[in-house]
Amino acid sequence: MLKMTHLSKAYRTEVVETYALRDFSIHVKEGEFVAVTGPSGSGKTTFLTIAGLLEEFTGGEYQLDGANVRGLNDNQRSRLRNEKIGFIFQAFNLIADLNVQDNIDVPLRYRGFNGAERRRRIQDALSRVGLSARARHYPAELSGGQQQRVAIARALAGSPRLLLADEPTGNLDTQMARGVLDLLEELHRDGATIVMVTHDPELALRAQREVHIVDGQVVDLAAQPRAMTTAALGA
Amino acid sequence: MFSYYVNLALRSLRRNVVLTALMIAAIGVGIGASMTTLTVFRAMSGDPIPQKSRQLFAVQIGNWDPQLKRALGGDPEGLQPQLTYIDSMALMKAHIAPRQTAMYVTGFALTPSNPELRPFQVQTRATYTDFFPMFQVPFRYGAPWTAADDENHADIVVLSAELNDKVFGGANSVGKTLNLDGHDYRVVGVTQHWSPTPKFYDLNNNQFGKAEEMYVPLTRAIDAQMFSWGNYNCSGDIGDPGWEGRLHSECVWFQFWVELPSAQSAARYRSFLSNYASDLKHAGRFDWLPRTRLRDVREWMDKQQVVTKSARILVLVSFSFLFVCLLNAMGLMLAKIMGRAADIGVRRALGANRYAIFSQCLIEAGVIGLAGGILGLVLTALGLWGLRVVLSEEVGRLTHLSVADVSIAVALSLTTALMAGLYPTWRAAQVQPAWQLKVQ
Repeated sequence: MLKMTHLSKAYRTEVVETYALRDFSIHVKEGEFVAVTGPSGSGKTTFLTIAGLLEEFTGGEYQLDGANVRGLNDNQRSRLRNEKIGFIFQAFNLIADLNVQDNIDVPLRYRGFNGAERRRRIQDALSRVGLSARARHYPAELSGGQQQRVAIARALAGSPRLLLADEPTGNLDTQMARGVLDLLEELHRDGATIVMVTHDPELALRAQREVHIVDGQVVDLAAQPRAMTTAALGA
Repeated sequence: MFSYYVNLALRSLRRNVVLTALMIAAIGVGIGASMTTLTVFRAMSGDPIPQKSRQLFAVQIGNWDPQLKRALGGDPEGLQPQLTYIDSMALMKAHIAPRQTAMYVTGFALTPSNPELRPFQVQTRATYTDFFPMFQVPFRYGAPWTAADDENHADIVVLSAELNDKVFGGANSVGKTLNLDGHDYRVVGVTQHWSPTPKFYDLNNNQFGKAEEMYVPLTRAIDAQMFSWGNYNCSGDIGDPGWEGRLHSECVWFQFWVELPSAQSAARYRSFLSNYASDLKHAGRFDWLPRTRLRDVREWMDKQQVVTKSARILVLVSFSFLFVCLLNAMGLMLAKIMGRAADIGVRRALGANRYAIFSQCLIEAGVIGLAGGILGLVLTALGLWGLRVVLSEEVGRLTHLSVADVSIAVALSLTTALMAGLYPTWRAAQVQPAWQLKVQ
């Protein structure tokens, strides 16, 4: 589903070149739930923005759902992003002017669905996150957990092949975070491919597999027992 | 997507009412100021008879000593805009053009048959029958008098619609008589409302005023010794006293127009005028060879400076003001749109390409432009009303908003808003979603 090979991302100024990702390789298979962890500044978010086609990379290869994304223009990247990727952000990123159903409607509009199809998808998505009764509420009227559920509904509405979550519980209290995680796990059980960036080891444990990034490179934890790795990282 | 973007624009405008009001006001005030001056300017400079403006020509003959005229600081060509009676009659007699008319503005004292109405003065144009078809005067009742009526110095008149309404209550008055200066004149026709602006056929006499209320054969007016109510200029010799002296003086008070349907006929008439002037010199009337000029309506209006330099400068100033308003609106729009960079980042992340963001923001600018245009129209109407109150009735006639003016205002407003929105919109389309989402 998502395959990056020897990928690099450098930020250049006139005097210095800084690598956010270097020789970065990762392969996420269809239906996997992968947690990407690492300390602050390790390159987690850069990985996520490149994976989500929000940012271009400097070198290497990136294949999304079998398609090589190198050299795609803005239109092609936007379309691919719209059709194949659903985003869940730490800060929810709902549009304050729009009510719940209009927020979910945004990616569907860019997809070009007709009115009936959009309404059906909005209802399905809302019912999946348990917020059918809140369709006409505005983000400011919802709790943090509810806002994140709306964001998840928005991500799901277009039936994406890949869900990218950036610290999805970072702005939530424990109880709300648990609810959101339960929802992600449920989506995974239903077949969704999820890549979740987090710095929280406990959260990472809920994923099927963990990829750890340090200084822009993947540290292979697959060979080590899960509990040991977590303990080592905690230490 | 258009209706979706319009809907988003309205939501966005409601979000910050003060900023929205400032943007609309910036555009509206600019449009109001520029449209007020432009409306007056267009009325002043517009082609009053577009179908024929290239076929109608004003005639000039330099019967005054050009040295003297230059010394007086007048027209450097030494040409007067009007002709003498002698020259006017000579040109009428020559009858070179398919249609021609000499004319001057005069007037009658009209005594209504209705004893309840008091006598009043009626401004009248003394002219020839060709005046009506040449200047395409539309008729409500009857028709122009005939060439035979001109030759017979007939006691007949054509009324304007306004005068006919006033005297005959709008009824068909053809065949009825009017007591003018104590003499009966028969009505042969009533025009429809007709008042070209500017009054191009006589720019020396109230160029933005109304057309005359009545028309009388010039031959009859001369018989009746009707003095000019308009511009009457003499240079040096004012002739012998009395009416005959006036007719044979070098004083100018006649406008003379010819209709020449082709370039060849215009060239022939120019040649005729030149030969006519040459003959005058040989006959000993002048010590100099009089210059002659033949100018069509547009050239005539330019020559007579219907649109003054100050009016042109005023339009320039008002459009400079509009430009300043545009810059202000652009600044406000930039602030508004960049304030929504986070939302734009989210939309980009959800699949909007740059074109979609550009369209959304540009439509928002268009909605602001439309609102600014409506405000601008209201301010223009107020501005024109103010001009009517402050300035003379003559200028007041220029201060009416036509459908074309409204269209121009709306188009100008939309263009202004779109131009003001272009840079902010471009900036919005350049928003890097990754950066916006990282800084949340």
